[in-house]
Amino acid sequence: MYAFRYRRAASVAEARRLFEDCEDARYLAGGHTLLPTMKLRLAAPSDLIDIAGIADLRQIRVEEGTVVAGALARHNQVAHSREVQGAIPALAELAGRIGDFQVRNRGTIGGSVANADPAADYPAALLALGATITTDRRRIAAGDFFTDLFETALDEGEIVTRIAFPRPRRAAYMKFPNPASRYAIVGVFVAQTAQGARVAVTGAGPAVFRVGEMEAALDADFAPEAVAGIAIPEDGLASDLHATPDYRAHLVTVMAKRAVARAIARTAAPAA
Amino acid sequence: MTVAVTMTVNGQQRSGPCEERTLLVAFLRETLRLTGTHVGCDTSQCGACVVHIDGQSVKSCTVLAVQAEGCEILTVEGLAGRGPLHPMQQAFHENHGLQCGFCTPGMMMSALDLLKHDPDPGERQIREHLEGNFCRCTGYHNIVRSIRAAAARMAGGS
Repeated sequence: MYAFRYRRAASVAEARRLFEDCEDARYLAGGHTLLPTMKLRLAAPSDLIDIAGIADLRQIRVEEGTVVAGALARHNQVAHSREVQGAIPALAELAGRIGDFQVRNRGTIGGSVANADPAADYPAALLALGATITTDRRRIAAGDFFTDLFETALDEGEIVTRIAFPRPRRAAYMKFPNPASRYAIVGVFVAQTAQGARVAVTGAGPAVFRVGEMEAALDADFAPEAVAGIAIPEDGLASDLHATPDYRAHLVTVMAKRAVARAIARTAAPAA
Repeated sequence: MTVAVTMTVNGQQRSGPCEERTLLVAFLRETLRLTGTHVGCDTSQCGACVVHIDGQSVKSCTVLAVQAEGCEILTVEGLAGRGPLHPMQQAFHENHGLQCGFCTPGMMMSALDLLKHDPDPGERQIREHLEGNFCRCTGYHNIVRSIRAAAARMAGGS
């Protein structure tokens, strides 16, 4: 990777100050996307501002049924948190299937969300659960946050500080992972929420998206059969060496069906 | 720019110069000459570079040395020190848990983190836990056997 200057920030305010002093800075949290990107010379920031030491951004709390994850919560922290497992088990399961164990020990939820990789897992959970992203200056609804391929509503220098997930009635996430990277070739998060059923798809398009037709069908009948006959159009879906657009479109239906079945199976178990 | 970093490696405080962009694995191997930690893929996939930072297994090819400032690092060299082999090493030795040996340090460091969470893992748990550790010799059978043997020995307190 190209040379850069490394600075450590002890607070969000200090991170902002450092950012504004630099020509082309990037924030460093877990570094598990940024450092590989820099190794490939796809990114060459002048400065890295390490925010990993800001301790109060690492905590996970559950308040009145809402899971509030600090942006620096590591994937394994979310996966192994008894509170998250109790409140939103689908979220803990999703976190426990990101990358591999070592990646989960470093990667952070805020980093994943801010990066908005089209095949990342968390965006599907945020969109389906109607999460709210808090930054150093405002709150953004998940539905307004993920705008395009690696594009978000964040302004230059804006820092994600926490993410709040309202507890759904029931939910599940199923993904068809790339066997090497574990990124989602297609991942579908299904949730039955106070606002109705939500179906959010990651991996298939340039950014996470909802499938309204499936949501309406699940509002009428929350059962795998309700989505089994709904095919999404392949137009605009990703095409790469791993999967063609029509294959991805097919997987959306299959994963949605499995996610609904999983959500139902979970509620048959003792209440979480 | 060259900076100085200090960390505790295998129980000893170690300092050395490095560039800000120096990876932890390069610092361990090239500056501290602890070459037991290997570089396989350099893309956080293969797990040959797994070490523990503050008790957690991580891929040291995807951590900057400066990020480890002030941390406790455990590498494969720290398992036995100058004493007898660690039970994990002994188990790999007895169960032919390595063929070429390149992946072995990462396998052992990864397995030790598993045993912290699950002292008596079954074959399935071990195989799932090792999804970030590749053995290009495909010697997984004996790796799994070694880890089960190590878990039994470590649970027995020997």
